[in-house]
Amino acid sequence: MVPEIGHFALALALALALVQSVLPIAGASRRNAVWMKSAQATAIGQVLFVAIAFAALMQAFIVSDFTVRNVVENSHSLKPMLYKVAGTWGSHEGSLLLWILILAVFGAGVAWFGSNIPAETKARTLSVQAWISVGFLSFLLLTSNPFERVFPPPLDGNDLNPLLQDMGLAMHPPLLYFGYVGFSIVFSFAVAALLEGRVDPAWARWVRPWTLAAWVSLTAGIALGSWWAYYELGWGGWWFWDPVENVSFMPWLLGTALLHSAIVTEKRDAFKSWTILLAILTFSLSLLGTFIVRSGLLTSVHAFAVDPERGLYILGLLAVSIGGSLALYAWRAPEMEPGGLFRPISREAGLLVNNLILAAATGTVLFGTLYPLILEAITGDKISVGPPFFNAAFIPMMLALVVFMGLGPFLSWKRADIAGLLDRIRFVVVLAFIAVLAAWYLLNGGPIMAYLAILGAAWLLFATLREWALRIRLFEVPLAESARRARNLPRASHGMTLAHAGVAVLMMGMIGSTGWKSEEIVFAAPGTEVTIAGFDITFEGATQVQGPNYIADRGTLVVRRDGELVTTLFPERRYYPVAESQTTESAIRSTLAGDLYTSIATPASDQVNNAGAWTLRILYEPLVNLIWIGSILLVIGGCLSLSDRRLRVGAPRRAKQPASDAVPAE
Amino acid sequence: MKRLIAGLPFIAAVIFGGFFLWGLNPDRDPNEIPSVLISQPAPAFDLDPVPGLETPGLARSDLVGNERPVVVNVFASWCVPCRAEHAVLTRFVEREGMRLFGINYKDKPEDAVKWLNDLGNPYERIGSDLSGRTGIEWGLSGVPETFIVDGDGTVLFRYVGPVVGPDAVERFTQALKQAGALPKGAAS
Repeated sequence: MVPEIGHFALALALALALVQSVLPIAGASRRNAVWMKSAQATAIGQVLFVAIAFAALMQAFIVSDFTVRNVVENSHSLKPMLYKVAGTWGSHEGSLLLWILILAVFGAGVAWFGSNIPAETKARTLSVQAWISVGFLSFLLLTSNPFERVFPPPLDGNDLNPLLQDMGLAMHPPLLYFGYVGFSIVFSFAVAALLEGRVDPAWARWVRPWTLAAWVSLTAGIALGSWWAYYELGWGGWWFWDPVENVSFMPWLLGTALLHSAIVTEKRDAFKSWTILLAILTFSLSLLGTFIVRSGLLTSVHAFAVDPERGLYILGLLAVSIGGSLALYAWRAPEMEPGGLFRPISREAGLLVNNLILAAATGTVLFGTLYPLILEAITGDKISVGPPFFNAAFIPMMLALVVFMGLGPFLSWKRADIAGLLDRIRFVVVLAFIAVLAAWYLLNGGPIMAYLAILGAAWLLFATLREWALRIRLFEVPLAESARRARNLPRASHGMTLAHAGVAVLMMGMIGSTGWKSEEIVFAAPGTEVTIAGFDITFEGATQVQGPNYIADRGTLVVRRDGELVTTLFPERRYYPVAESQTTESAIRSTLAGDLYTSIATPASDQVNNAGAWTLRILYEPLVNLIWIGSILLVIGGCLSLSDRRLRVGAPRRAKQPASDAVPAE
Repeated sequence: MKRLIAGLPFIAAVIFGGFFLWGLNPDRDPNEIPSVLISQPAPAFDLDPVPGLETPGLARSDLVGNERPVVVNVFASWCVPCRAEHAVLTRFVEREGMRLFGINYKDKPEDAVKWLNDLGNPYERIGSDLSGRTGIEWGLSGVPETFIVDGDGTVLFRYVGPVVGPDAVERFTQALKQAGALPKGAAS
């Protein structure tokens, strides 16, 4: 009964979306206030019905209703409750339902909170949002019904892929989707602006909180996914340039560019058509991600089950939404009048460089991700593009970006004072070089590229702090006065400082864990000793343990340093009999200085020479936790900026505000 | 000029869309790894028999000069999918008259003997590749893998992974027929 209610609710949501996709926009062009207003009710109705459907599916998972095919394929009665709930979005159908739910949430959010957005803009935006809803709701109902029954019902389910039975990954898709799909509303705003033929600073301010909210979630989602890969896959890496990672990273890069270019539109009424283009492209890349993950177009470790028919349907959706919006852009964008002029050395120019580098970086990732497909189509050769390409192409660009990231906040709008600028950064440059020399002295040796990166990270960190100190006049005036200034500074300004500092911290983590990583892979019989990065590790043997829905081989590793016991680690290799698959549960001793990372596997080869031996993989990754700390700083920075009074949803009015140097960039 | 620039993103999107449409072709399998060995002579090797087994060893010379193309299967007792594949290959040998040679890859002889005694031995000859050296020569990406080699010693076909399931069996049958590896009039 409940699944049928869910199915029916979906159909009702589709009906509402159909109404919303026509009526408000027609009302906007005929200036019919009642028609425009209808979007309010349909958007909120939509989110209610999709939520009912989602709750119905979740209920089926919670009670293990094995008459529903989706539950049979992705759940098991013995699975812990948390993963039963998370199983709701563990499959193609369920995750698509979540996708649509978030789409509806953002639409309803604009309907509910956007009371200060002019009625016409709002009506058009919500209609565009409904077009996307119609596309995906019909996709779900026609090709991937999550409520399909199965008869006769089996006694138990097939279990969720054990790799996905993990806290980090249970939360990863909702956050990632919130980011991905959050950009949909920005896209809708952009298309509405193109239809209206008008973009002004007020538009940029309406869009900003939504962009920021989506960006914060996407940041958190990517970081969580990376963290999951780090400790769950047992390879000790945190980023693999896998196509599925790349497709989540591209909207992030372009979304970051959008966040910054929208500032220029807001403050200086410039970069208008560029901001619109970024808004369209950011969501287009999110859609591209959805398409790649669900169509089996590229080889990846974590794509969904492949169905060419579904792929074709999504490609059709892509053609309509991306093709349509870009055609509209090609038609309407040239008519937009360009705004404020600026000098080559100014805040605007700095943000322009930021945008160019981020766009180029996105292009690089896109090219690297799709190159195997393109090459195969043209020559028939099959290749894969791996980390060497991305590292070689991407890292130098990021280093250049970091230089401008440190510099940008010092620049004033329109025209910056070069002499004053040099005066302010001189000290920072010296400090950054001292940091590199100190690192060289302490670490003696290491890859030269890493030192360049250290220079970049140190420069960014010091420049960001210096800029913040200048703002509150730290050490120039009494501390109490500085504190007062800090309180009066807009939260967005603190947000920028935190986020930029977060990037510096993140970089430190990346440099440490790639440049100075040590790794040992040994075939170890009980009693074997391994020494790595100053730790002496003794393998005491392995025992078999029984979990709720798995059996595990648990290794015991005693870690000593200079003869003193540090800790005992228990890495596991789990076997899930129902799903017939294995997972690696690495055991990690985590400190700020670095992670001692161990994982165990039964030997797969060399059976003859090493009978009874276990494969142990032991890594020491210095500073790796700074990656997660930096990500958290980015998220906190984004949230701070989001809570700024100026940006509070609904606050802005369409009024010409004089640009003033006192207002910070973020 | 301005119009042209504004139209560029659209043009780029159309081009990408064309590639995607091509990529969705249902016959295309992005996971397929083409073998550089196809249409190349099989590598030279000479493997001793598995100790404790009466089946003779395998060398390249055993693959050439046969009347019909033969099949070389790389297997190991520690490889779980090989167990499922074993039944399929046995059926091909018994019902269709396929000639099957084996390379026992990085396997303990006693395990291999026990495995073959339990499941039956469809192989005419089995070479024991303890060191994995021959596996490297053949460019293995894993176990099991199956090759079809014609009378000149040329590799005609390579299948990565177990020949299990209707799709895999269908593809393998097609390849056998195309190569002419099955005797005429065999039951099918």
